[in-house]
Amino acid sequence: MNRLLKHREIFLALAILLVLVLVTIRFPRFAQPGNLLTIFNDSSILMMLALGQMTVILTRSIDLSMAANLALTGMIVAMTNAAFPGVPIPVLILGCIAVGGVLGAFNGVLVWKLNIPPIVVTLGTLTIYRGLIFVISRGAWVNAAQMSPDFVALQRGAFLGLPILSWFAIVVALLFWLLMTRTPLGRSLYAIGVNPTASVYTGIDVGRTKFLAFTIAGAVSGLAGYLWISRYVIASTEVASGYELTIIAACVIGGVSIAGGIGTVTGVLLGAIFLGVINNALPVINISPFWQMAISGSAILLAVILNARGERQKGRVILKKAEAA
Amino acid sequence: MTDTTTRHLPNRLDNPLRSSILSWESLLIAVAVVIFIINSFASPYFLNAYSLSDLTFNFTEKALIALAMALLIISGEIDLSVAAIIALASTLMGFALQFGADTPALVAIGIGTGIVCGAFNGFLVTGLKLPSIVVTIGTMSLFRGISFIILGDQSYKGYPASFAWFGQGYVYWVISFELVLFLVMAVLYYVLLHRTNFGRRVYAIGNNDIAAQFSGVRVARTKFILFCLTGVMSGIAAVLLTARLGSTRPSIAEGFELEAITMVVLGGVSILGGAGSILGVVLAALIVGLVTFGLGLLNVPGIVMTIFTGSLLIIVIALPILFRQWRNRRPA
Repeated sequence: MNRLLKHREIFLALAILLVLVLVTIRFPRFAQPGNLLTIFNDSSILMMLALGQMTVILTRSIDLSMAANLALTGMIVAMTNAAFPGVPIPVLILGCIAVGGVLGAFNGVLVWKLNIPPIVVTLGTLTIYRGLIFVISRGAWVNAAQMSPDFVALQRGAFLGLPILSWFAIVVALLFWLLMTRTPLGRSLYAIGVNPTASVYTGIDVGRTKFLAFTIAGAVSGLAGYLWISRYVIASTEVASGYELTIIAACVIGGVSIAGGIGTVTGVLLGAIFLGVINNALPVINISPFWQMAISGSAILLAVILNARGERQKGRVILKKAEAA
Repeated sequence: MTDTTTRHLPNRLDNPLRSSILSWESLLIAVAVVIFIINSFASPYFLNAYSLSDLTFNFTEKALIALAMALLIISGEIDLSVAAIIALASTLMGFALQFGADTPALVAIGIGTGIVCGAFNGFLVTGLKLPSIVVTIGTMSLFRGISFIILGDQSYKGYPASFAWFGQGYVYWVISFELVLFLVMAVLYYVLLHRTNFGRRVYAIGNNDIAAQFSGVRVARTKFILFCLTGVMSGIAAVLLTARLGSTRPSIAEGFELEAITMVVLGGVSILGGAGSILGVVLAALIVGLVTFGLGLLNVPGIVMTIFTGSLLIIVIALPILFRQWRNRRPA
């Protein structure tokens, strides 16, 4: 059992399975393939965002501004679409990724060049980005009637039986898997998290790598901005308010260590799916959605307790403070 | 007789005027004065006793939390769950009200909830040795989540007038109870941090908790107490806020944690721990209050104000760093 606990992904997959089985015993239709695909599709945006967040957390940083970035980019793309319905959707999507990337890079520059702690930087930009949404929209909403049919339809279409939104998540997940396991940048991200001082001596530019991590997280937030708005067909100042914590929750549940250096793409995907399963199961077993917040809070606490057990057994790091300096 | 007596060493430490001019607190005072002057010119309604009294309601509840949060951050920990503690404390007070609780009972429940929540955070961080940022993100969802379970989309109303006094009452003329309480607490926290052994230990832990442990400081117990203090202050803030608003919704005090942390960091407390002062935090609270109130008089919506507080947070931290980088580059 203890060995099993160390394998976070297996443990998490079993936990997801357990929830599925428990709910299915009472409501057999819950586990139908169609519903499972719906759950996957519902978790898609969270998966992508959590992968972006993992990139940042691996480097011992944190990005609290992702949800605000998503909402700001979403508002920009919605207003662009409302004003110029002729702009092709692929161009809009690339634009979203670029805008989100710039917003993320802004975090990155402050962390890289000025050495301001990431939590302070992103706390600041979180409020700034949120406020900017109100400024550019003057507090108004962009609703379904103002969006072009293509804008809304694209991600709802299906390809090989899967909604396009799910395909976005699959492609993004593959890209992240390649980044983490097959590129020098991926190795640097882990190296910095495990030991920043040693990384410097290995020739890794710690600041620059953190900057890239924030830019990647920003670009993902931007992409999620389009997907979110076209899915829920409303752009307002309040979009995804407080969602930054859900993103971090998915990471922590997925086994990403907040102290950096530990985390896998598979784990994060399972973390996001776990939250998706819970959210979908609650209404089925007739529990008020108001329970959702307390349940994900408990899941975070449980996950972090389990994470700490797994990490402590490694116990190699001595003189932690000296390394951090 | 030897040349050591004649050798002149510039003693930068021993220059009270220079160090007080360049200190963070004097910078904050300057900023506060500038914003005060701008405000008086920008709006004709700013400069009178009643406006200035209203101003204090703007920041006292968050500033009360910021006082305790400052100590916690100096010790190298953080508590993101403070606003959620307010929500839970307020909800439980409203819940008790339905069973006819009177004012002393309501206050006791509010503050008691704060202590219990703070102790829970403290236990998870010090007892189970978990990172405070994740723990308090978790308890943040948990505490507010419990409020949502109890209240759903409902709200509690009908608090007694004697209870409302805590949030709306005046001690003398335009001096509100909230302001007096804040000033008393500020003095208490000043003494606690800057004039007691406990305060020295907080700094020691923040600078190097391993060294502090080896010097005989009970690190875990001290941190536990700090979490409890933050919980108590959140409970007190819950009493004030609930009394002021006269109602409880589960979404009460949303975003307070960010504003309290902004005050602490703006006040010169290092987010990495080990440095900071209560005077700085009090000044920062005043600045945040002045900015938001001044903008409010100019009919700037609340959400736009957050741009200013967010920028203020980043700029005030970035400027000294940029200045240091520029100064270091010159001789080279």
